[in-house]
Amino acid sequence: MKAFTTLTGIAAPMPMANVDTDKIIPGRFLKTIQRTGLGKHLFANMRYEDDGAEKPDFVLNQEPYRKAEILVAYENFGCGSSREHAPWALLDFGIRCVIAPDFADIFHNNSFKNGVLPVKLPREICEQLMEDARLGPNSRITVDLERQVVVRPNGEEIPFTIDPFRRHLLLNGLDDIGQTMQHAPSIDGFEAKQRAAQPWLYDAAL
Amino acid sequence: MSATKPRTLSDSSPRTLFDKIWDAHVVETLPDGTAVLYIDKHLTHEVTSPQAFEGLRLAGRKVRRPDATLAVVDHNIATDASRYGTIEDPESRTQVETLEANVKAFGVPYIPLTDKRQGIVHVIGPELGLSLPGMTIVCGDSHTSTHGALGALAFGIGTSEVEHVLATQTLLQKPAKNMRVTVDGKLPAGCTAKDIVLAIIGKIGTAGGTGHVIEFAGEAIRALDMAGRMTVCNMSIEAGARAGMVAPDQTTFDYVKGRPFAPKGEAYDRAVAWWKTLPSDEGAVFDKEVRLDAAEIIPQMTWGTSPEDVLPVTGVVPNPAEIADEARRAQVQRMVEYMGLTPGQKLTDLKVDVVFVGSCTNSRIEDIRVVADIAKGRKVAPHVRALVVPGSGLVKEAAEAEGLDKVLLEAGFEWREAGCSMCLGMNPDKLKPGQRSASTSNRNFEGRQGPGGRTHLVSPAMAAAAAIAGHFVDVRDFAKQEGV
Ligand code: SF4
Repeated sequence: MKAFTTLTGIAAPMPMANVDTDKIIPGRFLKTIQRTGLGKHLFANMRYEDDGAEKPDFVLNQEPYRKAEILVAYENFGCGSSREHAPWALLDFGIRCVIAPDFADIFHNNSFKNGVLPVKLPREICEQLMEDARLGPNSRITVDLERQVVVRPNGEEIPFTIDPFRRHLLLNGLDDIGQTMQHAPSIDGFEAKQRAAQPWLYDAAL
Repeated sequence: MSATKPRTLSDSSPRTLFDKIWDAHVVETLPDGTAVLYIDKHLTHEVTSPQAFEGLRLAGRKVRRPDATLAVVDHNIATDASRYGTIEDPESRTQVETLEANVKAFGVPYIPLTDKRQGIVHVIGPELGLSLPGMTIVCGDSHTSTHGALGALAFGIGTSEVEHVLATQTLLQKPAKNMRVTVDGKLPAGCTAKDIVLAIIGKIGTAGGTGHVIEFAGEAIRALDMAGRMTVCNMSIEAGARAGMVAPDQTTFDYVKGRPFAPKGEAYDRAVAWWKTLPSDEGAVFDKEVRLDAAEIIPQMTWGTSPEDVLPVTGVVPNPAEIADEARRAQVQRMVEYMGLTPGQKLTDLKVDVVFVGSCTNSRIEDIRVVADIAKGRKVAPHVRALVVPGSGLVKEAAEAEGLDKVLLEAGFEWREAGCSMCLGMNPDKLKPGQRSASTSNRNFEGRQGPGGRTHLVSPAMAAAAAIAGHFVDVRDFAKQEGV
């Protein structure tokens, strides 16, 4: 996983609540067996006509947002299906940070695991950032994970909070499986105890 | 349990069902409160697992407990006879073939398409006795919450977490908060578990349960059979919750008894003794409480493109012009347009093109019986395509043993093979652009059942009645008129 430290980039405005994962990446694109290459399908239903032509009024089809690295949206971003293809598609498009008042749980989790940073900020602040994002070429926002601040185009700094463990993993680009494997002895111990107390959990293999 | 205080087993303060299962599975608590949580059962399917196995392979890792893992194909496959040939869509075929190669390489038990136990992962888990009370159950699929009906902690995970569980049989998790939704009273005739859960979502909204595990409680929930409890828990995710659960009781124990992979004999008795300790203690504290009166529930249907945009079937299409909040007005406007509705229109005046009975929400034998009851001696309206898709091969077999397939076929329903089918636009069963469906599934997002499709979520009874009438109807009137 690529580490996330500081990002300065174009922020695209998406003034919608409940942007679900079907919107982010419709079901018909889940048939891949790889993590990469989904960027072209990001927001496919909003982004393209049925014949594949771009819809000119969709934000990511406009300059400079074609190169957006940050997305600003409203409540409950990423709700719906658990598909990890949603952060994969965002990442493959080039978006590494989503700012919203809150996020659906699974999407929130999945984002961290793929180096996409979800930043939670109150609605009023998201509204201000939405205005910033509408500034076209001047919509560059900085997200500094080390200092835990979002820097608006006018220089104003907005602090945000984040789980320290997640921050640590993200800053260092660490894989959590390797981390957990360090606990293998406790896992062995747990299994031995559980097997004694509830043997049926261990002898029901198909 | 709130995220602040790590608990220990010696802690004697009253605990919720969730707390107890959580506590029983904590392997270790890391300094920041993150738990290494042990996973008892891991279900996988073709869509969210390929990248996880790819990750294991790249890192040279093994599956820690193949015996606690099960793979099945359900999302991509056709639900007609064509499925036994070559899968036409090359990408779907690749996913199925990849899963088959992966289960072989990693020694994971697998139920192939040709096995009559094949079906939707959330239907077969409980059906086969693989999902049991008190377990932690995960699957790379949000509707894993379904298994919570057994009194298990069951939740959906992403593909990286699938990989994590395959490799370590654990997950790194922070405890969720506890929420209790109590449904008092008795459910009126014509209403079902689906109406309960749609009414709950309508009340608390699609983010109402975010960060929480919901325990469904109260007289109306206790009165539900396991199929109904599964329907309710299935849609906890549409209420934003991480998981939904119902405390195990005699209904649960009777359901589990004798299932192929459930404990037998003395082991069963020991298991039941443990399961009986699981229900929330008197005085356990919930971070959030919601109450509903079942007696007030009217058959529900969604009108918009989010599950919270639901109304009693007696309602009318909302008028965006009457909504004060600007953002909500724009949202309602967009939904009304997408769904092809006219503000003020009666919901029962909406004609349906397709009726879909199926999905992990409503594809169990109990659901199919309800549909067959309504279909008996009647005909599907000529302009309607109506599909009944059993949730598993075993459900199909049971329905056929009861002759339900004949009743349905005679009435003009299609009787299909098991799979996710038209719940999502990923296999050949899809809505065409502009088509309106009455669907017993769980999501009405734009394009969920196929690009441009218009989905109204309803109970199996409401779906069956709509198929016959050709438009939405209040199943209560329908039953009266038609003498059901
Ligand atoms: S039936 Fe629908 S919701 Fe259930 S697992 Fe299949 S696609 Fe997901």
